[in-house]
Amino acid sequence: MGELHIVVCVKIVPKPEEIRVDPETRLLNREGVRSEINPPDMNALEMALKLKDEFGARLDILSMGPPSFEPHLRAALAMGCDHIYLLSDHAFAGADTLATTYTLAKGIEKISGVDIVFLGEESSDGATGQVPPGLAEWLNISQLTLITDVNVDLNQWVVQGRREIKGGYEILEVPIPCAISVKTAANEPRFMDFSRKDWAFDKGSITIWNASDLCVEKEYIGLPGSPTIVSDLAEASVRERKNIFIKGDADEIARQLANIIQSVI
Amino acid sequence: MVKSIYGVEEESKIILVYIEHTKGKIENVSLEMLSKGRELADQTGWELKGLVVGYDVDSLATAVLENGADGVILANHWLLENFTVDAYSHVVYSILLDLKPSIFLLGATANGRDLAGRLAVRLRTGLNADCTDLNINLDTGVLVCEVSGFGSGILAMIEAPIHRPQMATVRPGVFSIQENRLARSGEVYAYKVELNKDQIQTRIIEQIIAEEVDLTSVPVLVAGGRGVSGNFEALYRLAELLGGEVGATRPPVDDGYIERERQIGQTGVVCSPQLAICCGISGAFHFVVGIEKADIVISINSDPDAPIFEFSDYCVVGNVDSVLPALEEVLLANKEVVYG
Repeated sequence: MGELHIVVCVKIVPKPEEIRVDPETRLLNREGVRSEINPPDMNALEMALKLKDEFGARLDILSMGPPSFEPHLRAALAMGCDHIYLLSDHAFAGADTLATTYTLAKGIEKISGVDIVFLGEESSDGATGQVPPGLAEWLNISQLTLITDVNVDLNQWVVQGRREIKGGYEILEVPIPCAISVKTAANEPRFMDFSRKDWAFDKGSITIWNASDLCVEKEYIGLPGSPTIVSDLAEASVRERKNIFIKGDADEIARQLANIIQSVI
Repeated sequence: MVKSIYGVEEESKIILVYIEHTKGKIENVSLEMLSKGRELADQTGWELKGLVVGYDVDSLATAVLENGADGVILANHWLLENFTVDAYSHVVYSILLDLKPSIFLLGATANGRDLAGRLAVRLRTGLNADCTDLNINLDTGVLVCEVSGFGSGILAMIEAPIHRPQMATVRPGVFSIQENRLARSGEVYAYKVELNKDQIQTRIIEQIIAEEVDLTSVPVLVAGGRGVSGNFEALYRLAELLGGEVGATRPPVDDGYIERERQIGQTGVVCSPQLAICCGISGAFHFVVGIEKADIVISINSDPDAPIFEFSDYCVVGNVDSVLPALEEVLLANKEVVYG
């Protein structure tokens, strides 16, 4: 077996803490909001970088989106990744999970020889968590999801992962190649390596592929490849609350609270 | 446009609910989906069926019928004793192709999401994840899924009009379980599972499932945020005193002060307690959705401008460290008066 080849799928998302909901229209105000690497993807990146530290590996980033995502992705090069592949084409726009996972799978096939695909648990702007299993299905490879810790056995050519499940955990083993989604907050993502920074932001290698580069089937990408449509948007109804402020010293407040609590339960 | 493996013209008017179970007990989210599914079936005149996959699961059929299903499909096989996505997706896929339900619902749990994500791609169909409401358009038979967007007050209605099955994962805790229903005299159908070991690539090396905390149905929730500075002891004492449980916002969970299964809100649990007491919680929208179903909300926060007060019935501007001990003292004293 040659060197381990790892790809981390990364999404660029608007920073959640900068998004404000307009109190009048209740629509998202994205004006002036900066973008970043989806925070859960940083945990995937860190887990992949640790494997690179341990075994040595070729570590690539795969993302999908407009060319303006490039500077955000370069931060991953400075963290220790080797190469960036950005899938960028107007025809990819409007993709739901089915079209997104198909397009990413075509990207991974074109990179070729990939052993392990790492992904974040979910995206902070979509939060569906359905990309990792969907991608594994298109690639017809095994999957490990919600993984907090991983071990690679290069002799047996298998991966063991610790998976968080309700009320506990399990240790699962799958053969390589496989896709692994990393549990959010499973580790502490490293900072950029300053000795790599100049290279990462000036020379660092990036490949941009469009739809024809990937030889995709047109009916499988973008809007045509997306079975789901958003038919309506609505305001979440906010439940009316009493908003009564209780005042006084700690004892007085405690006495009033106790009365309220005892009348409720 | 991409075509699903089977289409609208081949569908059966069936709502199929995937019944998840652990150690012989059906997960609440599956019962919640059966209750909602019953409502949808009554509106449309369609059939509601439960699908139970596992080993030695015959005994669960009665509970599925008692919770509103018109029929149960059992897929029993020794290789299905533990969940592996390889085996389960293989079996469920062949059942879906036989039955061709219009709608297929799963819980948005770890295993439910794994299974749904793979099956939707295999079926070339749409998948609406983590839905907070479901409706069927009675004119078109299209399932309309409500999904809450981006930690905000925006709800998106999403549908897959021409792909089948219409798949959705449902967030635990959003539907309530209708109890005391008469068992329906439905058919229990044992599906003939064809599966061999070579089809399973996943090996389970070890599995630990401890006593789980289920916050979705607790009567009293005492929740802590950044403002409790990682000290949850007073919250646990108060919860015990009131017969409740402790929950948290995301930061204390991320910082490791409390288990992730106690996280409340959009990426955590949605609770519907009689009473929620929020301690040191600022009130970000993705937390607030988790307590919106609470009958009464009390909040304690030292910041008078904290957004949490907008979402509270009773608001205390004060320090959690001084209010909680005083409250505990009064509650204990009152208890002595009653029982002493």
